[in-house]
Amino acid sequence: MEIDIDMTQFHDIFFEEAIEGIEIMEKELLNLQPGDSDSEIINTIFRAAHSIKGSASTFGFEDIGKFTHSIETMLDKLRNNELETTQELISVALSAVDCLNNMLTCEKAGESHDTPTITSMAAKLDELTSQATSDINQVVPETDRQTDASDRNQVISNDDSPEQRWKISFFADEKLFYTGNDPLRLIRELQNLGELSIEMVADKLPDFDNFDPHNCYLGWHIQLRGQVSKEQIEEVFAWVEGDCKLDIINQTEHRTTPDRRTERTQTGRRKTDKEHRSIRVSTDKLDELLNLVGELVITQSILSSACNAQGLETTEKLHECLEQLERNTRDLQEQTMSIRMLPVDNAFQRIPRIVHDLSIAQGKDVTLELSGKSTELDKTVLEKIGDPLVHLVRNAIDHGIESPQERAAAGKPKQGVISIKAVHEGGHIVLRISDDGKGIDPEKLLANAIDKNLVHKDDNLSDAQIMNLIFQPGFSTAAVISDISGRGVGMDVVKQNISDLGGSVEIWSKKDIGSTFTIKLPLTLAILDGQIVTVSDQTFIIPLHSISETLVFDDEQTNMVAGKTELYQYRDKYIPIIKLHELFNIKHKTKPDAEVKQEEDIKDVIKNNRQSSLLVVFDTGDNLAGILVDDVIGQQQVVIKSLEKNYNHVPGVTGATILGDGSVAFILDLLTLSAQHNKPTALLNTA
Amino acid sequence: MIDILLVDDSVSMREMVSFTLKQAGHNVTEAEDGVQALEIAQSNTFNLVITDINMPNMDGITLTAKLRELEAYTFIPILILTTETSDPRKNEAKMAGATGWIEKPFDPDHLLATIKKVI
Repeated sequence: MEIDIDMTQFHDIFFEEAIEGIEIMEKELLNLQPGDSDSEIINTIFRAAHSIKGSASTFGFEDIGKFTHSIETMLDKLRNNELETTQELISVALSAVDCLNNMLTCEKAGESHDTPTITSMAAKLDELTSQATSDINQVVPETDRQTDASDRNQVISNDDSPEQRWKISFFADEKLFYTGNDPLRLIRELQNLGELSIEMVADKLPDFDNFDPHNCYLGWHIQLRGQVSKEQIEEVFAWVEGDCKLDIINQTEHRTTPDRRTERTQTGRRKTDKEHRSIRVSTDKLDELLNLVGELVITQSILSSACNAQGLETTEKLHECLEQLERNTRDLQEQTMSIRMLPVDNAFQRIPRIVHDLSIAQGKDVTLELSGKSTELDKTVLEKIGDPLVHLVRNAIDHGIESPQERAAAGKPKQGVISIKAVHEGGHIVLRISDDGKGIDPEKLLANAIDKNLVHKDDNLSDAQIMNLIFQPGFSTAAVISDISGRGVGMDVVKQNISDLGGSVEIWSKKDIGSTFTIKLPLTLAILDGQIVTVSDQTFIIPLHSISETLVFDDEQTNMVAGKTELYQYRDKYIPIIKLHELFNIKHKTKPDAEVKQEEDIKDVIKNNRQSSLLVVFDTGDNLAGILVDDVIGQQQVVIKSLEKNYNHVPGVTGATILGDGSVAFILDLLTLSAQHNKPTALLNTA
Repeated sequence: MIDILLVDDSVSMREMVSFTLKQAGHNVTEAEDGVQALEIAQSNTFNLVITDINMPNMDGITLTAKLRELEAYTFIPILILTTETSDPRKNEAKMAGATGWIEKPFDPDHLLATIKKVI
């Protein structure tokens, strides 16, 4: 049967799997110590390499298959104790894994490989492999073998030799059936090659009492005529080689096949790791599912409020059903959310390697402690938190942990500790990245900030405020930007990345004691705890986690600055007032019968409105500001709908949601709003 | 159409082999390692088992030996997926009772041609 199958459909899954394999190799290589001969670890690495090799060549990535073969060969020697685990070998293996990773990334992006790097890396591997103590099992170079495999069919089809006459004598061992083989199938296959004449030899057939139907007692002399090569015949019998007596004689050449193969045995390998049973689903499908569940939640709440409004709750049965529906919907939503959740361990995977490489490069002695690996986070959050995490760890080694000498002089243990903890805290995931290094000197930091004009020297800042200066754009504590931390990415980007995820980051640091960064992340990006507020006839959602307080607006507390910016005295500070009606061009509500014609009247209306207004004070971590609203309706979990996807990006708004009454409400983007408070006109024009 | 038990820890290989076999009209049951395969094999019957060698928990050779111990699998063809043309483990697999092997890399046609030998 000819089947046309498009192999590219398996490429995505191959890439995903290969990257997982690479991660395993890297992780286990880092667990490997010089002098180690832990066969479990080496076997795990070997198996990962082996698996990548097999799939890569099957899916047409010959280069990757070939390169992985070099890694595999070295691992095989290591596994058989023909090579010793040295620091050099581990380093070479790690670089080889990096190289493999690059190759995959290139293939994925459809780019060509960096061939010189790959060639030199492969040469390095082969050189290491050639140092093996015993070379008895000389490995056939992969290039030859590949040719072998791909030419297999060619050899056959190119065989234009004239008709051959073969005599095949085939005497199966009694136990042949026990390997699942069947002489009948073999003979049928020969039939496909050419014309057969068969003579059966039954002289070994025992008498009936001794006859075991599970045994094979027969032999055959077969004449085969056709354009058939000896290799083709041998291939037919390849599986029963050693389980039979086989002679293949070319009746013109009269040559017999020598018995070639010797059997070698090796002890079986096992792996004790228990893996999760899982099914792979594309994230698009998950998002679609999540979206649908979101719709269901909305429909459910519309239904509830419609029933309440109609006074239908008196129908007890309906009321019960609605409650049940609400519970089911909530459970379904939670379950669906949890599908997107992955253990935070995924984001930790790169960290050990970075700590290993950097501490060697800088001559520092650092140990890494990871905890809470199984804490779960939304996949998207998880993917985006990787880079900030790496940056913080780089910083900790680069600027935090001192050299062993410095540490000894300061009376600290020579080995520095970086610890990363993930915990679930009240609807958030908190990541704490701590080091016991030299910490941050607030005086130095402040001096630096004053130099850079980030603060004024007369500003009276608390230690915590000073520490937070490191998140300002254009700030770096290192006098000279090293090539390690200073990759053009500052702490401001780290903070921005985390804020984009709806999270926050805080720093605690004490000179000579160490530093701790606390990253707070939402569990999911799809749902938000929001405060529902109204401005005139419009409804808005303010993310609850940012709200500090809601006050009754008092006109006496306001202050005009520079004649146009209005500030509100909040405790001991002046905070900007964000006026949504100005930003989004919302008309003030007027009394139905009051005809407003005069500007004076409008001012009065505004003033009256303001007197009954509320001020929602929020803290983005950078800025405190207040939003002027008419009323605060209540708190609700809302499903976030992307505006970009459905309409367009609107400045000042992160998304929209549909409320219980079916109306649409915008979710405010507090970061943009607070950053823009000085130039509200800019927003107005684009909105 | 026959019932095939396919054992491989590599998802991509499993998908590809399974897709090919299903296209050819066969029923395919998948297992990701020997332990799982053995469990499935004990409560189901198959006309053919195709297994990878290198797998966690239980490798293909151990699986082959264990299957051969089961009465229902004494004569069922078991094919091994191998990567090496001259893999010493191929012989090991044969000793354990494997019927034959399919060498990687293989394309769908080669795979179907190979299993035709045993069905």
